[in-house]
Amino acid sequence: MLPLHYNIPAISILACLISGIVIPLLPSERAALRLNLTVSGFVAFLSAILLYKVVPNNEYFVYTMGSFPAPWGNELAVGPLEALMAFVFGLVTFLSLAGGVQTLFHDILPGKRNFFFTMLNMLLASLLAMTYTNDLFTSYVFIEISTLAACAIVVARDTPKTIGSTIRYLALSLLGSGLFLIGVVLLYCITGHLLMPHLQMQILRLIATGKYAMPITLIAGLLFVGIAIKSALFPFGTWLPMAHGGATTTSSAILSGLVLKGYIMLLVKIFYRIFTIDLIRSLHVTDVMYVCGLIGMIYGSIEAYREEHIKRMLAHSSMAQIGYIFMGLGLDVNLGIAAAFLQIVVHAFVKPLLFLSAGRLSEIYNHEKSSYRLRGSAHKDWVAGIGFTLGSLSMVGIPLLGGFLAKYYLIEAAMQNPYKLWPALFTLMISAVMNALYYIPGVIAIWTRSELSTANPVEHNIGFTWIAAPVLSIAVVFLGVNGTYVMEIIQRGLALL
Amino acid sequence: MNNLLKTMINDRFMIAAVLLFGFGFMNLLLQKNLIRKIISFNIMESSIFLFLASQGYINGRIAPIIVDGILDADVYINPIPSGLVLTGIVVSVSVTAFFLALTVRLYNIYKTVDFDEIMLLVNKEAE
Repeated sequence: MLPLHYNIPAISILACLISGIVIPLLPSERAALRLNLTVSGFVAFLSAILLYKVVPNNEYFVYTMGSFPAPWGNELAVGPLEALMAFVFGLVTFLSLAGGVQTLFHDILPGKRNFFFTMLNMLLASLLAMTYTNDLFTSYVFIEISTLAACAIVVARDTPKTIGSTIRYLALSLLGSGLFLIGVVLLYCITGHLLMPHLQMQILRLIATGKYAMPITLIAGLLFVGIAIKSALFPFGTWLPMAHGGATTTSSAILSGLVLKGYIMLLVKIFYRIFTIDLIRSLHVTDVMYVCGLIGMIYGSIEAYREEHIKRMLAHSSMAQIGYIFMGLGLDVNLGIAAAFLQIVVHAFVKPLLFLSAGRLSEIYNHEKSSYRLRGSAHKDWVAGIGFTLGSLSMVGIPLLGGFLAKYYLIEAAMQNPYKLWPALFTLMISAVMNALYYIPGVIAIWTRSELSTANPVEHNIGFTWIAAPVLSIAVVFLGVNGTYVMEIIQRGLALL
Repeated sequence: MNNLLKTMINDRFMIAAVLLFGFGFMNLLLQKNLIRKIISFNIMESSIFLFLASQGYINGRIAPIIVDGILDADVYINPIPSGLVLTGIVVSVSVTAFFLALTVRLYNIYKTVDFDEIMLLVNKEAE
């Protein structure tokens, strides 16, 4: 008899898929919204239980889907890191939806909202599946599902501009998934397996005999580039600002905060569970990550500095943050990978907080998007003002907030590798200064009184004021004060991968 | 020379698949016409399916459906690549349908399928 918590990953994925199918059949949009909130909350709750079960015992288990045993069947592989990521995905989806629902109902036409909720469920299902899966081909299928769902929640606003940016996003994503698929196919042709542990066994055997060295390098490169395109690593991230900046607030928060991270989680799992991290380092894939990450940090910051549209500015900043994550992964030390994951978790809370607060502030000012014209808006909704301020300060790296701890660990990891120390330190410094240069003026602007800030009071947004903003803010502070505990979970999870 | 020719004939499906993949990939990246982009995507995906199907096929064996109660695996070809191709086709059909739907929406507004032209018009409208 399996322990009960072994079923949680499969139940979480199935719950999202089933609710996605049921939602279009529901009579009202409110019911669809409630079901969606319940399912994402349910996933977060179950993942929290899973986390509570696997962390103390350092447990890593494999769950067989269906009745076919390995090496034929499909499997899920779950440990502390997977449980943590699933918890973050579920919780942040719930909060982004709760906080952005008012804007969502303004942006999306009636009759299409149910489909939006369906796509949100599919997106969460695909994120969970990418996190949990132990099978390479399943991960490909869910990559495609997440691509379609992500494009659908961008295009849901249905303006020519969002359709255009969706097409750009879709075309680039398809290039990425094409590369990923051919990588998977080549790997299958060489090894004859699709499950990660069996693939690893065969690859280690091939490496030991010296056969297929070139194709294995090529495959690692194909899988990496395929995923790098999807997670918007420099220079593949040109689609991101348009797509994330133009979508409705909930979509932007989920896309920037979670979807990009789901792919990175999968990439790390592939590196650890198929190629082994030592092999990846010896193939110099991490060096490419490191360099692209560094350039991405600077490039994203410069573009964000030049941007006036507040949501596009946040989207450019996401590109810089993805640079931080890939720099951490490329540092060639285990602490670097753990720091990258802490950065993933922190950014998964901070960016939705920023997007939701910015969305709320612009909602107050008649959906004004320019950061200059949002002057004084924080006085009309101080919760949104505090949320934006807190998020911005965390991005800049002020102590006691999540962003500081992530940067601290990244630097500590860089110290362990003298060859990559100085470029990393230098770029981190420049990027932190740039962050301050484009976030702080925004913060000052929203708190500076203007004639608009004394106008009529605004409509309340209960989901944002009472649920999303407080929880996300608390999470950002908690990660800053108590992040070492999260770091401990991440390190345990990585050791078990 | 003889050896090279032999390898090329033996691996003809693989070579064709890689060439088609490159062709599809470049066109998906560079074509401005959205319909051509979609066709290139299909060429790229089909090339991967060709590659898979040719890798799964074993000369002289039959389709992996049990006939006359023969359970010996040496009689049948490898069924897994065919399964993967089927899954891949489902994915590629849905993506194509979605892509076409977006293209139709833009065409109805701007009466063109040239992506650069569309984005130019979109940006002009936004100003």
